[in-house]
Amino acid sequence: MSDIDEELRSELQRQGIWVTSMQELYNWGRKNSIWPLQFGLACCAIEMIATAASRYDIARFGGEIFRPSPRQADLMIVAGTVTKKMAPQIVRLYNQMPDPKYVISMGACAISGGPFKQGYNVLKGIDRYIPVDVYIPGCPPRPEALLHAFMELQRKIDEQKLTGAGKAAHLDRTHPSEFPVPAFGAHDLEPAANADVFRPMKIERT
Amino acid sequence: MSPPPYLFIVIFLGVALVFPIFPLILAWMWRRFFQPPKPGAEKNATYECGVESLGEAQIQFRSQYYLYAIIFLIFDVEAVFLVPFAVAFTGLPIGAFVAILVFLLLLLEGLVWAWSKGCLDWAR
Ligand code: SF4
Repeated sequence: MSDIDEELRSELQRQGIWVTSMQELYNWGRKNSIWPLQFGLACCAIEMIATAASRYDIARFGGEIFRPSPRQADLMIVAGTVTKKMAPQIVRLYNQMPDPKYVISMGACAISGGPFKQGYNVLKGIDRYIPVDVYIPGCPPRPEALLHAFMELQRKIDEQKLTGAGKAAHLDRTHPSEFPVPAFGAHDLEPAANADVFRPMKIERT
Repeated sequence: MSPPPYLFIVIFLGVALVFPIFPLILAWMWRRFFQPPKPGAEKNATYECGVESLGEAQIQFRSQYYLYAIIFLIFDVEAVFLVPFAVAFTGLPIGAFVAILVFLLLLLEGLVWAWSKGCLDWAR
């Protein structure tokens, strides 16, 4: 799977011969058939629905098949406020998705708790428990923003390696596919964050 | 010389076998060489909506539901049989006619019984 010489490839292409590698073929197929999991949590979900409907039409990017079962989904769009009551279910759904799986964190709420950050029952970001691939800021983000995130994800998939040291996480035997589901504690979810996934921002004051 | 008449069935059988088996072999090889399987307790769980399942799946239904079964037979299944019966009515032999009459009579009995029990009243 050595890299093809770009000049040779374009020369061949001009002669009508298409050269590709297994990795490119694999990624090309995957990035054009990302099936999202069908669920919405709050107002952002309305924008997600609009993205799937005819005006914005996510089908143009191969993502129109919203699956009602995690077994058939590749992408989890966390669209909306994640309450602490809902968080264990989301993590469990993520665990039930087959590899490779990706997460888009849509809107201020899913990123950080958003306008409800001070609320007693709102999770301050879904990335505390599961790895997020693309974040979309906004409250709510417009459908164009979701499409942009979708394209970013496609770009990310396109660059994933099939072999070698930096290969994609789902091909790596040591990378976990399931993450611990938080449980309801006396005051908060326990644990409050998955330390393996969550890297809180460090504020540096000089 | 014309090809043997059953040749196309043999070809069809061959395609029908290769068509599903080839992707299965491909998937198996993919698993073998590239993507290690990562099974887990939740991934392998039977129930898949994010909520943990409670209790057994083999529960008993209340026997009161037999009323719905009877009424379903009368108003739904019977209609499904009646339509082809009506369409083919003129060409039917006497045996088939009697058979369908027996079938209707059996269901009619159920209707009379359900009616007399008051299952068809709106007020319930
Ligand atoms: S980010 Fe804004 S629009 Fe989206 S779920 Fe939160 S409050 Fe609603």
